[in-house]
Amino acid sequence: MTQSKKNKPPKLYVLERRDFQELLTALSADGYQLIGPTLREGAVTYAEITAVEDLPIGYTDDQEKGTYRLHQAREPRLFGCGPGPHSWKKYLFPARMRLWQAQRSNGGFTVQADAHTPDKLALIGVRACELQAIAIQDRVFTGGAYVDPAYQAQRENTFIVAVNCGRANKTCFCTSMHTGPKAVSGYDLALTEVYTPEQHYFLIESGSPSGDEVLHALPTRPAAVDEVEAGEAIIAATSAQMERSLETKGLKDLLYASYDHQRWDAVAARCLACGNCTMVCPTCFCTTVEDVTDLSGDTAERWRKWDSCFTMEFSYIVGGSIRSTAKARYRQWLTHKLATWVDQFGTMGCVGCGRCITWCPVGIDITEEVREIQTTSVAPTAAVTERKRKRENT
Amino acid sequence: MLLSAEPAVTTTFSSDPMIPRPYEIQRAKWDSSDTFSLELTPVGGGDIPAFEPGQFNMVYVYGVGEIPISISGDPARRDMLIHTTRAVGTVTRAMSELKVGMMLGVRGPYGAPWPVDEARGKDIVIVAGGIGLAPLRPAMYRILAYREHYGRVVLLYGARTPADVLYRKQLEQWRAHFDLDVFVTVDRATNNWRGSIGLVTQLIVRAPFDPLNTMAMVCGPEVMMRFTTLEMEKRGVNSDNIYVSLERNMKCGIGLCGHCQFGREFVCKDGPVFRYSQVRHFLTKWEV
Repeated sequence: MTQSKKNKPPKLYVLERRDFQELLTALSADGYQLIGPTLREGAVTYAEITAVEDLPIGYTDDQEKGTYRLHQAREPRLFGCGPGPHSWKKYLFPARMRLWQAQRSNGGFTVQADAHTPDKLALIGVRACELQAIAIQDRVFTGGAYVDPAYQAQRENTFIVAVNCGRANKTCFCTSMHTGPKAVSGYDLALTEVYTPEQHYFLIESGSPSGDEVLHALPTRPAAVDEVEAGEAIIAATSAQMERSLETKGLKDLLYASYDHQRWDAVAARCLACGNCTMVCPTCFCTTVEDVTDLSGDTAERWRKWDSCFTMEFSYIVGGSIRSTAKARYRQWLTHKLATWVDQFGTMGCVGCGRCITWCPVGIDITEEVREIQTTSVAPTAAVTERKRKRENT
Repeated sequence: MLLSAEPAVTTTFSSDPMIPRPYEIQRAKWDSSDTFSLELTPVGGGDIPAFEPGQFNMVYVYGVGEIPISISGDPARRDMLIHTTRAVGTVTRAMSELKVGMMLGVRGPYGAPWPVDEARGKDIVIVAGGIGLAPLRPAMYRILAYREHYGRVVLLYGARTPADVLYRKQLEQWRAHFDLDVFVTVDRATNNWRGSIGLVTQLIVRAPFDPLNTMAMVCGPEVMMRFTTLEMEKRGVNSDNIYVSLERNMKCGIGLCGHCQFGREFVCKDGPVFRYSQVRHFLTKWEV
């Protein structure tokens, strides 16, 4: 950030609310399909939009453990709602995707790969936590020895308009995860919505060459000092508003040492193993495959679908499921998010968006579970460890 | 060549790791009542991809599904791919019914191999239980091909019953070698069995090797591997020199589907062969 400040001093511009449509029009003109927050079935869901009126103007949301409510606000903000049940991964990493199809032919078969021809997508209203989630999935799908070609192709054809958060939901804890509420990288354009009874405008900055191009075509003016300060104050207020937090210091090692912690029993007593947390999580990446054939059996297809580590089938091998209990499955999910993920991908798998808290039907709260483990863990003495090791080995 | 009809297909093999390559079954034989071996060659000819002992392929049965199976052939041979598996699940049962000339899809090879090269200069102890011998056979082939690089080579093999002994002829041939120590035992004997009876772990105590200069490679049911590693450590083998091969559910084989996670490890890409000291923390935990 500081670097770009040196290079081009007036990096923040002002886009008036009445000109916001110009941004959408410019992106459409560049061939982008626009995806943004919309109101559907009582929640903010990401869907195709064509005009500013498609956004949830004047709405806001209340989120708590197992609770999500939309209501009309007094202020006609475009981005007054926090993250809903959808995350952007459904566009970058589709919930269902055909991998290939095969045709049967005299005793054998031929395999036909599906071409990856992504639509050009402009994601409008990506929050800082969600940017981090996308960065995490980038590492998962394109950072290793094997790359997911469909994901990579879609990422290369995606334009991101980030929006800095003007309020925190009760389930948010991005500040403690160092992922928000301000977007710092990974966007093409970033907006801060400023609303007062007298004024309604967006502070807008570019984060990429393609962002520069779009920005230059918009009716903007350099932001004045007081406008810049107004934007900073909004973000600072959002940080201050955040009620939940998750202490990450020493957490990886603690969780590695807590496989036998009694708290897993307490959470398993409530967990329905429904998998909602994994479906709404913007970083969860597990998939299964499904083989289908037509009635004649001449065509076979292989589909990839989102999967959840909360199902019995997930860990099935001959002889049974490795994680047959909800306790083992919840432990796997939480330990993966906050400990093993770090060793696998160099970052935690949690961004503090709070979706898993809001959408858990029984209100299990990841921050609460972690705090319980942190406050009730006692490092076992060497003698206990040794006794235990002997017991396990005999 | 079946593929030549679809020129677009050949180009996708390199770019999309999820696309199986068709292989033709050249030979199929039952090794025991529930275990069979398939010999496969690529449709359209050519060599099979080079593989290391302990690696596996994702093997697809048309219209049924795809599963990970370790490679059990000789890594020096590129003309033939050999897979040995038990007909116990939907895919393996369908696979067992395929006839010579029919096709399978194959992706791979994947995964971390047995430390056969790292083991040079050391005694080798291979401990296999049941079908666990299949992923260890390529290691045996490799070690025998470079026999002069190793000290004593010991193979300890345990099967449930005499009828379950895998690669019986080969075990007998190996046992005839003057420079190999091969011990075979069964958990439950039948009337015509005159060999050793008992668990494979019981063979470790009297096996001829120098514990301080030994590389152990272990594959079998997880409980068998736990007790084997324990016995090996009792003999004085350092856990850094003990390797185990793990089995987990896998859908992709390339570290993307998440199913095979075992603690911090992805069994498909970090394993399936692991240094025991690397995974013992999780192996002693319940339902990881």
